[in-house]
Amino acid sequence: MSAHAEAHPSHPQPHRGSANEHPPPIHYSSRINPGIIGIFLFLGSEVMLFGSFFTVYFFDRVVTSHVHGGSPWPPYIPGTHTQYERPWFLALVNTCILVTSSFTMHWATTSAKRGNRAGLCSGMVLTLLLGTTFLLTQVVEYHRIGINTSNTAFAATFFGLTGLHACHVFIGLTILLAMTIRAFRGHFSPEKHHGLEIGGIYWHFVDVMWIVVYVTVYVL
Amino acid sequence: MQNPFRSEQAAFRFVWLTIGYFALIVVGAAIDRWLGLAVFVVETALIALWFTRRGDTQAPVKQAPALHSAGERRLLVVANETVAGPELLAELRRLAEGVPTRVLVVCPALNSPLRHWVSDEDGARVSASERLEASLAAMRAAGIVASGEIGDGDPLQAIADALRTFAPDELVISTHPEGRSHWLERDVVTNARERFALPVRHVVVDLEASAAVVAPAASAADAEGSP
Repeated sequence: MSAHAEAHPSHPQPHRGSANEHPPPIHYSSRINPGIIGIFLFLGSEVMLFGSFFTVYFFDRVVTSHVHGGSPWPPYIPGTHTQYERPWFLALVNTCILVTSSFTMHWATTSAKRGNRAGLCSGMVLTLLLGTTFLLTQVVEYHRIGINTSNTAFAATFFGLTGLHACHVFIGLTILLAMTIRAFRGHFSPEKHHGLEIGGIYWHFVDVMWIVVYVTVYVL
Repeated sequence: MQNPFRSEQAAFRFVWLTIGYFALIVVGAAIDRWLGLAVFVVETALIALWFTRRGDTQAPVKQAPALHSAGERRLLVVANETVAGPELLAELRRLAEGVPTRVLVVCPALNSPLRHWVSDEDGARVSASERLEASLAAMRAAGIVASGEIGDGDPLQAIADALRTFAPDELVISTHPEGRSHWLERDVVTNARERFALPVRHVVVDLEASAAVVAPAASAADAEGSP
């Protein structure tokens, strides 16, 4: 409720609401917080985006195992009797790197709330470095895996899912870079750190999605 | 249901819950693939059950106004089209007689559901603002000291919002007579009596007949019997 008028017998009020005045102030309904609506819409769109890729992945998996006479998963490399080898250990190391980056992100946010600027800057730099390491490790993994998107449906969905996530990591790193610069410039304080909070939420979301991708694509 | 990404801290906690959730599935699947599937089903069912049960236990909290200085009477008036009605003014003048009284008038910005969801509230707020101005001018003329606010489109939510910043001794809800009042059709007065721990006075304003009927505060029967 932003509009507020005082009426007193001795204090006449100016007229409000006529066409030549400013538009009424923005009204944030008490029932639907715009931030909540925004984050739900964002998460909904992301779930649908990743969901479509997962649907293709599982469809391919079911079709491969049932239509092609119960062949194993991952499927055979075309023309051979050798299965695709998923680099699960390298991906596990990458998972640990990303989970650690969630830790450092949380440390940075907590430090900002406590007014610990050194902790904030250190946390942001570490998060940025860990995120970059994750992305570079994935590039190395792509380079060494020995397949490409045109090999089979499995290869296409593998690159599709992990690549989609890598795009999210790249966006997250861009946000983190901006936040790190702002942290060094002293833009965040215990009272004012909303930008950091939003960036942290996005980074944790990217982490959660990676855990789902890792377990689904590399482990199960 | 609470948004797991409502804050950075909540999102960080959600990361660990996700790790725990999938770790159990992987351990189950490592033993036997069907065990992994069973773990997935059981975990998901437990989470769904937790959310369902959790929702049932969230009863609305009865809200009571904060304390204010003794000897002063505070009235919270909620009205829409009837906000400048003569019956409401007469009732407020009667209540303010001989007692230092502060009145807060809340005028809900009524809107259609579609306009509400697309955040097209400007028109509704301008209309509410004009009605509020007319009401405050009338109160000024009647010698009543009052302030005014534009509230949420839902009158009950508008009252709840006002209670956070204003500590009234009594709530005055002004409506059209029964049969012409949407608020009475939606049991706004009855719901306000159930939801808020303060006396609720219902003033019926018949703008056509200009005849007021005042229902006493705590009587639900009176509210139902209002013309």
